[in-house]
Amino acid sequence: MDPTTLVSKDRLYPVYVWQLPVRFYHWINALSIVVLAITGYVIGDPPAIQSATEAAFSYWFGTIRIIHFIAAYVFFFNFIIRIYWGFAGNRFADWRNFIPYTKKHWSDMWDVVKVDIFQVVSKENPRLGHNALASFTYFLTFLAFLVQVLTGFGLYSAMSASWLASLFTWVPPLFGGDLTLRYIHHLFMWFFILFAVVHVYLVFYHDYIERNGVTSSMIGGWKFQEEGKVEGEKELEK
Amino acid sequence: MSKKQKTYYEMAMEKGYSRRDFMKFSAMMAALLGLESSSIGQVAKALETKTRIPVIWLHGQECTCCSESFIRSSHPLVADILLDKISLDYTETLMAPAGHQAEKSLQDTITNYKGKYVLAVEGSIPVNNNGIYCCIGGKTFEQIVEEAAKDAYAVLAWGNCASAGCVQAAKPNPTGATPIYKMISGKPIINVQGCPPIAEVMAGVLVHILTFGSIPELDRLRRPKAFYSRRVHDTCYRRPNFDAGLFVQSFDDENAKRGFCLYKMGCKGPVTYNACGVMEWNNGTSFPIKSGHPCIGCSEAGFWDNGPFYRHLSDFPGFGIESTADKVGLGLGIVTGVGLTAHAITTNVRKRKLIQKDKRQPKTEKSNES
Ligand code: SF4
Ligand code: SF4
Repeated sequence: MDPTTLVSKDRLYPVYVWQLPVRFYHWINALSIVVLAITGYVIGDPPAIQSATEAAFSYWFGTIRIIHFIAAYVFFFNFIIRIYWGFAGNRFADWRNFIPYTKKHWSDMWDVVKVDIFQVVSKENPRLGHNALASFTYFLTFLAFLVQVLTGFGLYSAMSASWLASLFTWVPPLFGGDLTLRYIHHLFMWFFILFAVVHVYLVFYHDYIERNGVTSSMIGGWKFQEEGKVEGEKELEK
Repeated sequence: MSKKQKTYYEMAMEKGYSRRDFMKFSAMMAALLGLESSSIGQVAKALETKTRIPVIWLHGQECTCCSESFIRSSHPLVADILLDKISLDYTETLMAPAGHQAEKSLQDTITNYKGKYVLAVEGSIPVNNNGIYCCIGGKTFEQIVEEAAKDAYAVLAWGNCASAGCVQAAKPNPTGATPIYKMISGKPIINVQGCPPIAEVMAGVLVHILTFGSIPELDRLRRPKAFYSRRVHDTCYRRPNFDAGLFVQSFDDENAKRGFCLYKMGCKGPVTYNACGVMEWNNGTSFPIKSGHPCIGCSEAGFWDNGPFYRHLSDFPGFGIESTADKVGLGLGIVTGVGLTAHAITTNVRKRKLIQKDKRQPKTEKSNES
């Protein structure tokens, strides 16, 4: 018995969706955001330690901050590479996926809302790459990245002599000073936490309902689609 | 005004200071300005040979704490010669003439020293209701400042009021209190931040203008870099405790006695640019953190609206007094969790057919496939 028949009446068609740089980007990004959020939260509200030690014997808070700054650099350059890949990568990585500048993108988004949130059962096939709503959400996260990079390096520029940090010295005056900057930086941390929760849930949801291997696709790069329904199947075959 | 102008040196001698006092003062000023020791001579020479800078010192929406700070400068010469003499031209608080005479001396200074005098403004400018909230001699403060700034060499914005609006500009800012840089253009404006600024910083800025005949180097917020390029946090002597994660929890705990870092008490030192940690206050006696109180960020724009003073994170607007961003974030997290649970349940109910159908497929569809 052909194993594919066990899965569905139609043959499943594997498509290589996420190229290696995209997968690397995703996991480095995820890891650095987790590190940044945890260390950032600790920096904002350090745990109370009653201690009789002298300051000379301990440096844990300084270490937390250094980890935060290093993770910030990783996050920053990783994102720069992803922007580059938005121009150099395949059609699923293309930057045009993310910005809803066509009517079609907006109507696709509405379809996703209907199917995934209002739970209308659809006959349509899910998009292979990011769905329309997801890609728009990622666009919003890119904006949040930008805010965090600007406010974060803006704050950092006061305590660093590095050329990269000094590129951001114009940021604090724009916001009227570090007070506001720090506040915005802290506020946006919560955006990342909420995003992560919803993101992981939806990945599991899609795997459960659509069964196209979305979860593992970010590891191996392959997604599965019923034969004859893959968008752009013809070109892919070549 | 026509009588011969005296130099600072001559004035100091008249006041009974010795040459030694004078040299000490010059050295102190050079040090405050961050100059090399070889520049002491330059400062002394300028004070010896140059006649005083004419200064018009205006008072608007303010509490006069900048003047108070200035006359408490660590070196008596500062008050005696810099303030006493420079401010003779016009300052509502300390000048001798009154009424029409006073207004005349203001006009005289403007015409006699066109382009040469320094305009020092203490206080913000109210602009709501045509500026009626601050009128002197029948003119609004806005008009007065505009007239006086027109022919000034430079404008010194004393303190947080003139630099950023301070408490009167805090929400909802009923009088429309506005800092100087938003009202005046085309003149160099120096924001001497703080509530009040440190006396030696104020004197230092004036001495710089006198010595070099130029405006000190400013940062992007128009503050003199010599005094405002570092955060209180960077020069704070409690900083090793910060890095070691040793924090005061309440004003009366053991950690407070040990002199740990005041970060968790709401210290704004990490976001405040000022020279307190280096120069300290009242003749270098102490500064707030040294006496166990967190920095409230008095030299930052909007420090009243970024309260409370004893918590590091500001209130989240629109959610009541006790709401920080963290509480709101946590609330949203719970809402999200509930939403996702509901979604997971409805998914299993509404899409059951989809889920069930596919499961049965291998058996039912097998014949079709072959
Ligand atoms: S007391 Fe304030 S300024 Fe000093 S190290 Fe702590 S946080 Fe920084
Ligand atoms: S320690 Fe902070 S609040 Fe206190 S005077 Fe200095 S800048 Fe102002």
